[in-house]
Amino acid sequence: MRTRKTRHGAVAVALCASSALVLSACGGGSSFGGASKTQVSGPAKLTIMIGSSGDAETNAVKTAAAAWSKKSGNNAQVIVASDLGQQLGQGFAGGTPPDLFYADASRIGDFAKVGNLYAYGDQVMSANFLPSLVKTFTYNGKFQCAPKDYSTLALAINTDLWKAAGLTDADIPTSWAGLEKVAAKLTKGKVTGLVTGNDINRAGAFMKQAGGWVVSADGKTMTADSPQNLAGLSEIKKMMTAGSMKFNTDTSPATGDGGEAFGKGIGAMTIEGNWIKGSLSKDYPNIKAKFVELPAGPAGKGTLMFSNCWGIAAKSTHQKQAVDLVKFLISVDQQLAFTKAFGPMPSTLAGIAKFKTLYPTDAAFAAGGAYGQGPVNLPGFDPVMAAFNSTLATLGKGADPKAMLADLQKNGTAAIAAG
Amino acid sequence: MAKRGTGIHGREGIAGWVFTAPAIAILGVFLFAPIVMALWVSMTNWTGNVDPFGGGPNAAFVGAKNYTALFTQDGLARSNFMQSLGNTFYYVILVVPLQTATALLLALIVNDKFLRGKSFFRTAFYFPSVTSSIAISTVFLFLFSNTGAVNGLLKLMGINGPQWFSDSRGLLHLLMGLFGAGDNPAWGQGKIFGRSVWDWLSGPSVAMCVIIFLAVWTTTGTFMLMFLAALQDLPVEVDEAAMMDGVSPWQKLRLVTIPMLRPALFLVVTLGVIGTWQVFDQIYVMGKGAPAGTTMTPAFLSYNTSFRSNGWGSGAAMAFILFLIIVVFTAWQRHLMREDKSPGRLRKALGAATLVHSNRGTGPTP
Repeated sequence: MRTRKTRHGAVAVALCASSALVLSACGGGSSFGGASKTQVSGPAKLTIMIGSSGDAETNAVKTAAAAWSKKSGNNAQVIVASDLGQQLGQGFAGGTPPDLFYADASRIGDFAKVGNLYAYGDQVMSANFLPSLVKTFTYNGKFQCAPKDYSTLALAINTDLWKAAGLTDADIPTSWAGLEKVAAKLTKGKVTGLVTGNDINRAGAFMKQAGGWVVSADGKTMTADSPQNLAGLSEIKKMMTAGSMKFNTDTSPATGDGGEAFGKGIGAMTIEGNWIKGSLSKDYPNIKAKFVELPAGPAGKGTLMFSNCWGIAAKSTHQKQAVDLVKFLISVDQQLAFTKAFGPMPSTLAGIAKFKTLYPTDAAFAAGGAYGQGPVNLPGFDPVMAAFNSTLATLGKGADPKAMLADLQKNGTAAIAAG
Repeated sequence: MAKRGTGIHGREGIAGWVFTAPAIAILGVFLFAPIVMALWVSMTNWTGNVDPFGGGPNAAFVGAKNYTALFTQDGLARSNFMQSLGNTFYYVILVVPLQTATALLLALIVNDKFLRGKSFFRTAFYFPSVTSSIAISTVFLFLFSNTGAVNGLLKLMGINGPQWFSDSRGLLHLLMGLFGAGDNPAWGQGKIFGRSVWDWLSGPSVAMCVIIFLAVWTTTGTFMLMFLAALQDLPVEVDEAAMMDGVSPWQKLRLVTIPMLRPALFLVVTLGVIGTWQVFDQIYVMGKGAPAGTTMTPAFLSYNTSFRSNGWGSGAAMAFILFLIIVVFTAWQRHLMREDKSPGRLRKALGAATLVHSNRGTGPTP
């Protein structure tokens, strides 16, 4: 008969056996070591992880990687991530991150703070990047990674609807009052004058035009709860109450983003970035669009800038080769090849100058680089901005902008204090 | 006593160990060890970069700080967590009774001996349960979009359907509004864990209701099968005796059938409670917490905090708090439905609930 002692003995054996198995698996944890690993020189196999916007981008990056591989004798593999944020998180936690990866400007603080990035910015300063981009990708005084391109927001106008409303080039809005006027004129029947996305990445342009922003220029204090920001959001609310502006989630039928509303003719104007050109030519070829700079607000012109950089993992054992690859990818010719494939603007001053001559219709986007505001790049701001975006989306339903900004101020201050 | 290893039964002990060794190894390595590791991580401030067992500034032991911060430290982490708990509580309260009642109803219908085409109905009702939850979530995204099929149907009936996925108004709020309560009234300003009473009483939002419909529609099939099996096991003599005694069909259902279904009912409700508290797939596909955080659940928040914000310690702490909540709920439900109403069985119920939940934890969510 099995006694209780025998039963307990059996359980103990089982526990010991599985613990032994687990420990033996974890024992070979050479991937967990110090922050920097021994670098391997010579021909290497590099992994590049990208979050692609579509086949055009994937193919462009693959071609570039193959060209460099041939030239340098290394082997660069491109991995397209289905969920870049999650796969990067997995890679970092598991100790085997990709050598090179897209790092969004808003995530730089999060990555840099926990030591996931190898800050090689000083090695590529000679490429002469746009100063606002250098600022966006600097954390704690160190330039973390090389910006690979950038996009800005501009006002896209549906020229057919524009002409049908009796508007001409002279009516192109250069101020908030002008914007209100043309949006009202374009709002007819099922068409709304201006349809934009419903988060800070569009509404923030209005805040910038009013002279405010979420954080101070040095990133050390929150400036969310300011009269300038309130003026920006109130302007949006004013146009929504007048019916001439809607968020993409409030249109009927609801649309995925401002670009989709524009392409389907539900919005006569939208505020979008360079990528809208690609999506229009692919999905909505019948729409004829004109791109102009965003109208200026009380404090002058303002737009938002979005950018990714080539992040190199701190745990990579091929950092030297990775930097060499980055130098190849940020060369003017390579950046213009990317522009041709899927639209973003080069990040180097030389590249931008060439871009302006090659694509004169995109002058509005290129001009935005001079006064564009990059996203908030401080650590711990992901949930803060997510909470703000959640409440901002309800602006069209009568929410109070002052309360939203007060919450943002509170949460942001806590996040800065924790960081 | 016979010596071990001799005789006809001696070798069976060893054979037993040999056959169960793989299962023990797999369960130990892939279930218990990671749970213990996660428990350790929940007591550190690990940032996901270095070895969590190696100490140092990026993996320092902080004791119960992650847990207490979620309840006592005023900030976004606490308000998000409390909102997720509130959302999921309403989700559980609505989904479990609905899916149990619907499953029982369907099982009774399919079991009816006068119904023709039984296997067709059985398959049709069970079909949603075998389809991928991601695929169904995506289909529901289209069905409930602003000009989707559901709003089209409502329009035919003269009702203007809401913008399902961007409507964050709570159902209870709307109900209270019908009875004259204003928005954010003075009596609702008291704060429990940093969230006003008015917010706690919001009920599921309109967007959450879509997920509730989806959950009920998907899981009813599985539970219908369980009820069906139990119904087919019921002794026919009891039914016949009841009919001879002259009960009405409704009385028969209430006084004879349902009491005899108690074990199946218990199983269905337990699985329902555990599964609904863990909801994740649908949230991931249908909004990731939007609008205004009203579809946020603790499981998704734990994932988000860990993978997006590098707050692995806090995320792991949320997962363990969720575990405790489920254990308490399951034990309470078990206590309510017990056969033997003697006091002192609550302790046994708690123990059993923990075991069921930790084994259930790795299974697919129904």
